[in-house]
Parts: sequence; structure tokens; C-alpha cells
Amino acid sequence: MRMFDVCIIGGGPAGLKAAIAAGSQGLSVVLMDDADHLGGQLVKQTHMFFGSEQQRAGARGVNIAKELVEQVTSLVNVEVVLCTTALGLYDDLVLTYETEGSYRKLSAKKFIVATGASERMLTFPGNDLPGVYGAGAVQTLMNVYGVKPGNRVLMVGAGNIGLIVSYQLLQAGVEVIAIVEGGPSIGGYLVHASKVRRAGVPILTSHTIKEAVGVNCVEGAIVCELDSQWQPKSGTEQRIDADVICLAVGLSPLTDILWQAECEMVFVPELGGNVAYRDSTMCTSKPHIYVAGDVAGVEEASSAMVEGELAGLCAAKSLGVSGAHLTLQITSARSQLEELRSGPVGDKIRAGLLQAHR
Amino acid sequence: MLKKTGVATPEELANVLPSEGRLNRGAVAVLECFQNIPCNPCATSCPRHAIQEFVDINDIPSFDGDLCNGCAICVANCPGLAIFVIDETYSPDETLVKLPYEFTPLPASGDVVVAVSRAGDEIGHARVVRVQNPPVFDRTAVVHVAVPKALGHEIRFIKAGGPSRA
Repeated sequence: MRMFDVCIIGGGPAGLKAAIAAGSQGLSVVLMDDADHLGGQLVKQTHMFFGSEQQRAGARGVNIAKELVEQVTSLVNVEVVLCTTALGLYDDLVLTYETEGSYRKLSAKKFIVATGASERMLTFPGNDLPGVYGAGAVQTLMNVYGVKPGNRVLMVGAGNIGLIVSYQLLQAGVEVIAIVEGGPSIGGYLVHASKVRRAGVPILTSHTIKEAVGVNCVEGAIVCELDSQWQPKSGTEQRIDADVICLAVGLSPLTDILWQAECEMVFVPELGGNVAYRDSTMCTSKPHIYVAGDVAGVEEASSAMVEGELAGLCAAKSLGVSGAHLTLQITSARSQLEELRSGPVGDKIRAGLLQAHR
Repeated sequence: MLKKTGVATPEELANVLPSEGRLNRGAVAVLECFQNIPCNPCATSCPRHAIQEFVDINDIPSFDGDLCNGCAICVANCPGLAIFVIDETYSPDETLVKLPYEFTPLPASGDVVVAVSRAGDEIGHARVVRVQNPPVFDRTAVVHVAVPKALGHEIRFIKAGGPSRA
């Protein structure tokens, strides 16, 4: 069985930064992902990132992915395995995984789980019709494969993902009829909202989708207004013609392997659902398992990158790597996270983290 | 209301509009950034430090119009595409507006395009005067349009035609 110092599960922004951080300390690292390329959701992000220069603000996600992948591949002590799915993580430091149709094992002293999040679904009649997409699927089709998902889109959800994907659809030449948002106000950054609004997309707050209309595929949707108790207001139903209904209604941490490994978990709505308890080093209740990125709480990619770096550095420290530089890097990562989460848009995350920290 | 519709109110806009005196002296940035989010490339990209260094990354930009020469580097660098440059001294009857633009095909100078407001309404026509799209702008082009004076504070987008309907 192959042995590594650190095994990282998930090659998105958090996993890539964790691999670079641990690999730069000279440790033997394996980084695995179930996709056929690294980068996770970064490769679909064509917009400029927020944050500060330390998190590559102003650069586009897709370019950040390229840079991080280049850094990872330049580290000879970091092995990348793609098209590989982690299956089970055990107390004897063994990970089982599937690759090329076979079941295999490896061992590592420390594991960093950076599996990201999965999209939430919304229940409404007709939500199984072809043409109902998650926003991630729409981004994958457009931005990874260059395929238009349809011609007239109704977007559900005015968080950052709904707003950004609406803008990307417009850039691809797809019409976005409207963005409906159940809440009384826009959840995403207002600058994103202003961008799509001036490009002609109305944002209907306190509105939701009641049902999808269509026989063999989506032909439209019935949307209606919600009252302050989130109940449909009768008589406000209107039909919108569309061939795509795109759901951008939030993400939940993808924690299956943490449950299987029996990490102590806690349900924190502010972080998107169940997450593992972790200490200030991102270590879970299992001393060999760390978490980073959306699996530790749904946030922006900029925070995921810093958290990945922090987990990688702390895992290295726990394996005996030391030095003033390492201490400085850890301090810097922590202060960057604090800064990113310090403003009003970080209120929810800070409240959530208080419940998940031990 | 901005938080419900994505369109800033006149009161919000009044807070970020440079003084009349400054507008009368030529090209100047207008930072339509109203929310405390963790973001600072406007300040780090400004070569003249007109957008002051942030104390807290969640701050709203603090802008000194007297230091600004309207170069539009911040227009291309703002991740929120929320900065515009206005030059009311462009000509006796026209204002020059520099807008961020990320749609293809890019317009060319000389094109007449549809002027669009913050709410997405078509409000008239604009003449493209210049298109800046250097590699350092990383695909956020800055389009310079001349519009009748009355539209200078209204136009925030253009419809340039072509397959991507923008």
C-alpha cells in the first residue's frame, strides 16, 4: 500500500491551496479529485474575484485555477490523481478509493477533506422536467463545454451564484427573462445585481416559482409573489415562457466521507448544513482528518483558498515541520480569514463558525 | 431600492457623485459601490491614490476626486463593474462616459449604440468614441461613449447589437 504524509480529497480552490501549502513544506502529498481536471468550481468562474491581492482579487476564477494547477504540478512531491473517488476513510489512516474501475487503498498520516458542496434542490410540480437545471450544471455546460443550456432562462435565486450565472448566460447570448428570489431582498453582492439589472434582467424579490410548465420539457413556469410569511399571495400567479429553469437556491457541504469517518458533526444553518467540528487548525474530532473550503461551511472561493492553505500548513506543522516562516504563514492565513469575514456580509459565517469551533 | 431591485436610488447616487466643481474640471471617476463587501482592487489599482488604501477590506471606497484624472484603470479593475468615468467637459453638448463592458462582439469607435440606464431601460443613443481592451484589462473592456449632456449621469450600459443581445 502506498504511503503519503498528506492526502487531500478534492482538487478545488481549498484542496489546491492545501496541496501547495503542504507540498511546499517538502511533505509527500497526494491530491485526488473525481473529475478529469483540477480546479473544482474555479474553472467555471469567469468573473473577477473579490477579496484582496493576497487572494488574487481582480483575477478571474478560471485564471486562478490555472495558476494554482501550475503551482501544484511544479511540486515534484505532490502527486495528482484524477477520475478518482474517495470511498472510505478509517482510523488506521487508510483511505479506500475507486479509480479506473478498481478498488484500492492508500495510507496517509493526515487527510484534508476539501470535497466542497452540493447544490440544493427546490420542490415544485414539474421539477423533474428536462430543462430544470442546477446553476452548477448550467455553468459546466457553458463555461467548461461551450454548450448553451437553452435560449430563455428563468433564474431562481438572487444569491451570488444566481446573479453571476445570469450574467454569464447573458454573455453567452442567452436571454434571462427574470431572476426570482423568495427573500425580501437580494442575497448576493449588490454590484452583481446592478450588473444584471442594467443588462435588462428584472430581479423579482419576494417571488418564487410555483410550478414548471411543459409536457416533455420545460416550456415555462408559473411564478407568484410571496407575503412576509413566505406564503404565496393568491392572484399573483403569472406565467413566464422559458425553456430553462435554473435553480440557484444554495449549497450544502458535501460531508459524506466525514460522516463515514465518524467525525463529530454539527448542524449549522449559517454554514449551509451539517459540518464537522474543527479546532483553530481546521482539525476535526479525528486527529488525522482536517477540513477546508465549502465542506467546512459554504463561503466564497477566496475564503476556501485561504482555509485550504491554513489546513495544509497546520497539517504540516502537526507532522513536525517547524520554523519561523511556517508560523508566520499560519498567522497570515488566520488574519486573512478574519479580515474576509469581518464585514457585514461575514456576519452569518462568523455566527456559524462560533457553533462549529471547538 | 437597491437591495430589492439592483437599482441605486437617487439618494444613494447623490452620495457618490463628485462635486459640481470637480465635474466641471473634467474626467472623474464615479464609484457606485454601496455595500460593505470584502474587496479592494479599486484602491490597489489606482495609480494616483485617489481611491485611498482601505483600513478594513470591507470598507466602502474613500475617494478624493481632486487626485483623480479619470484614467479608468479602476473601471477595468473593479470586480463589481461598479465604477464609471464621467467627463462633462468633453464638448459643449456632450458628456463622455467610460463604461466597463464584457460582451462580444465589442463595439468599434464610430458605432452608434443604444444607451441603457441602471434599470436596463433604453434611454437614447450613444456614440462610441474609443474602446480600450489591452491585455492588462483582462477582458473587461472600457468603452468610451459620447452622449447628450442629459444622459451623462443616466447611461450605465450599452446595447451594442450582435449575437449576444447585450
